[in-house]
Amino acid sequence: MEEDRGEVILFRVAGALLALLALTVGLSFADLGRFSFAVALTVAAAKALLVAYYFMELDESVDAVRFMAAAGLVWLGLLLAGTLTDLITRR
Amino acid sequence: MTDASAASPPFTDREQQREAARIGMWVFLTTEVMFFGALFLVYFYDQHIFHDAFASAGGRTDLGLGAGNTAVLLLSSLTMALAVRAAKQGRDRALFGRLLLTMILGSAFLALKGLEYARHIHEGLLPGASFVYEPAALARPAELFFYLYFVMTGLHAVHMLVGLAWLAVLAVRARGADGRVDLGTPAEVAGLYWHFIDVVWIFLFPMFYLVRGH
Repeated sequence: MEEDRGEVILFRVAGALLALLALTVGLSFADLGRFSFAVALTVAAAKALLVAYYFMELDESVDAVRFMAAAGLVWLGLLLAGTLTDLITRR
Repeated sequence: MTDASAASPPFTDREQQREAARIGMWVFLTTEVMFFGALFLVYFYDQHIFHDAFASAGGRTDLGLGAGNTAVLLLSSLTMALAVRAAKQGRDRALFGRLLLTMILGSAFLALKGLEYARHIHEGLLPGASFVYEPAALARPAELFFYLYFVMTGLHAVHMLVGLAWLAVLAVRARGADGRVDLGTPAEVAGLYWHFIDVVWIFLFPMFYLVRGH
């Protein structure tokens, strides 16, 4: 049986996630011009990190698990960065 | 009767088995990242090229429903995390209740999604021969937006259905466990899958609901 590290932290993370949701919806009404999508994606990334770190328990996982999670992120990053760099630098 | 403390072959102890299950699930989730990743790439590519049309089409989705559904899914991740916590402590009754709550929230998400689909189809926004869009000049790229919308949220919904079935099996096991079976590892692996679906939606939400013109 595992040591209970407290369910309070899970409720706090959920509160933070809902606050970020409210923030991103609110920001969508502000005219941020061409940055609005980037800002929305940044908030989404923050939410995703909270879910992965606390709910998916990366905070207490062994290195092999963290390595797999990071690998997925890096492969996806290469796919997106490579293709989109080509797209936005075309003339 | 199975010994709750014994590991299944080829593992020598429970912790080793738990770690292997965790790593295996993350490897699978990495393939899922690439599966959805390819679709995200298509979206970002098209969003860059058809920026104005995507902003116009993004205004046609229901922000209130989308935000509400996001909140429902985030809360279901909370109840899932609480369920995993209960499973690890061997509290089968709490595990059962929290799984049930997670399934109710997941079903509510799918019900709202179904309502949205019905509305969009009624409005003629289902890509294909019946697709109608004003202004007509943006109709082709707007159709692309809704094609991506239906494919990506549809695949996400299919993952939700798989997740719900998975949780149902787990709930039945928790019901009959009586403290004889350690459900910590099965719950944790199912939880990883559920949270992953949540993460996918966290990114789908800005892509299809927050992209809108001013």
